[in-house]
Amino acid sequence: MYSSQTNKCLLIDFWHSVAERESAVRGRLECLPARMSKSLRILVPVKRVIDYAIKPRVNKSQTGIDTAGVKHSLNPFDELSIEEAVRLRERKKTPVSDILAFSAGPAKCADTLRTAMAMGADRAIHVEVPEDQPLEPLGVAKLLKAVAEKEESNLVLVGKQAIDDDSGQTGQMLAGLLGWPQATQASKVEIEGETVTVTKEVDGGVDTVRARLPMIITTDLRLNEPRYASLPNIMKAKKKKIEKKTLEDYGVDGRRRLKTIKVEEPPPRKGGGKVQDVDGMISKLKELGKIWAFDVLPFPSSVSRPDGFLTLNATRSNLE
Amino acid sequence: MKESVSKFADSEVGPKVRDMDEAESMDPSVVESLFEQGLMGIEIPEEYGGAGMNFTAAIVGIEELARVDPSVSVLCDVHNTLVNTAILKWGSAAMKKKYLPKLATETVGSFCLSEPASGSDAFALKTRATKTDSGSYRISGSKMWITNAMESGVFIVFANLEPSKGYKGISAFIVEKGDRGFSIAKKEKKLGIRASSTCVVNFDDVEVPAENLLGKVGEGYKYAIGLLNEGRIGIAAQMTGLALGAWENAAKYVWNDRKQFGQLVGSFQGMQHQLAQAYTEICAARAMVFNAARKKEAGEDFVMDAAMAKLFSSQVAGRVSGQAIEWMGGMGFVREGIAEKMWRDSKIGAIYEGTSNIQLTTVAKLLQKEYTT
Repeated sequence: MYSSQTNKCLLIDFWHSVAERESAVRGRLECLPARMSKSLRILVPVKRVIDYAIKPRVNKSQTGIDTAGVKHSLNPFDELSIEEAVRLRERKKTPVSDILAFSAGPAKCADTLRTAMAMGADRAIHVEVPEDQPLEPLGVAKLLKAVAEKEESNLVLVGKQAIDDDSGQTGQMLAGLLGWPQATQASKVEIEGETVTVTKEVDGGVDTVRARLPMIITTDLRLNEPRYASLPNIMKAKKKKIEKKTLEDYGVDGRRRLKTIKVEEPPPRKGGGKVQDVDGMISKLKELGKIWAFDVLPFPSSVSRPDGFLTLNATRSNLE
Repeated sequence: MKESVSKFADSEVGPKVRDMDEAESMDPSVVESLFEQGLMGIEIPEEYGGAGMNFTAAIVGIEELARVDPSVSVLCDVHNTLVNTAILKWGSAAMKKKYLPKLATETVGSFCLSEPASGSDAFALKTRATKTDSGSYRISGSKMWITNAMESGVFIVFANLEPSKGYKGISAFIVEKGDRGFSIAKKEKKLGIRASSTCVVNFDDVEVPAENLLGKVGEGYKYAIGLLNEGRIGIAAQMTGLALGAWENAAKYVWNDRKQFGQLVGSFQGMQHQLAQAYTEICAARAMVFNAARKKEAGEDFVMDAAMAKLFSSQVAGRVSGQAIEWMGGMGFVREGIAEKMWRDSKIGAIYEGTSNIQLTTVAKLLQKEYTT
């Protein structure tokens, strides 16, 4: 399929289903914990981040981003997780007995948890961690492992990344620590009994993976459209409980392993030009010497020049 | 709550503002989503399907909606602060049970006081109500400037049951859209808030059952005064929201996009001072609005505060939205963004729920009373 042909007009849509990849996780099916109930106990980790509409600014000492007086909100990917948990309950296919929102961070995370509960989470746990010593992905994963075990969660719906540090590691680390199957970047989640089918968008197509509970799913942008918290639900959320816990309660050490050396603003963008169409763009790129000898790739791939000058990740169809 | 409404307004209402204004009609899906969000039953208790929030929450909601579209805001304002409040305050238990769940979840309400010949002089109204032998009431007359009339299913109508008693004969009734003899005569074409419907409504011997009398016979004028005093805070919030929306729209443009003489136009000192002055005025108006709401909430006398807040907010809204057009130059003048619309919309703030002159009269009367020895 990956033809070396470089015909410009070749349009190929890849829709390769990889449902059979289960074999990778089948080994785990035999060791389902005995306490597994038929209903879903969903753990939704949420993070308080600088609001997506705010332009982050590097602080004067170049050690991080200015957070004082900056609007924060619920990480958009975590909104998707909460929404999906609530939709799983609304679909009524598999009973959902618990939707637990969890956050580790400064006192103001309580607001983030209230938002999660206004969107439909049943309850919340907050582990207070000082704002200037945030947990690293591994620390969060260790903490989530302890929470998932203690709360007997059988499904963890977690955003594929937080928009502040963009690490994109926590879900995967958690799966490793728990020894549970994982499906990353979900664009569709279907649960039938204890079988979970997850569709994920990959370059030029979709992957479908299947596993059995308990499992980890990381959520991606096209999974759903999160609802706005309605006023009656905001009021109801006020009556829901936020349990306060500490790292010690879960026996987790929040020590950091990484040290931030320096944080810098990206170089300012230089003005661009406009082209009429795809052909115009291609010839412009050629003219500027910023494209390889061949034209637009017939298949999706990342191509970069040895000097890293340009990364082209496109098919003709999605350019148009 | 503010964030939730703001997000809703930006993404659900925002993209429809221009089209609704051009079409001079409210998109039904917007009304539907207002109900879904609980914005149509802010103060209605949970037991009736509302959000069970307080008056200040209603003010916050109205302000946030107005930041994006003052037309949507006034629909929400009239429904919440006039219609819902009237039934919550004076409705019988049966009336609350019948109407509040509807008003919180599916039916828009209108408030019918003004008439062709009675606006500021509201109690000179000519709509008559008569009691029939069976105990029901028959309403006859014509109402004008009725906000939401096209969308509404429930109308609170003020009519004089005993004209010999003058304004003390005025009572309030609930009329439903389907009642025989009820009709919408004309939809006004307006300068601003064009997506919000404003109509002439006729009552041609509309018969309503005895239980549709709102509160007590002859107390209608008291209810109307009380509601309009509170309602003014809502309109003031609509005006501060409008001013903020207009200001933000222009500020983003002059500080990010528009360059002249090699620099952003917002970096010229002449512009900066105007932007700062305007923002200061908006903040002052908002402080007045929330102070009036706080006093109302605390059960204190707030009549003068509400009048001053509405007067000042509408003035600020007119001034700031007008300046915002100038800051944006040609782009403020074209019917593309919201700049020119906000300015047109601001004009109504000095007119409805008591004109600016009526607010000044109210303030002056109260002051004179206090300072007359």
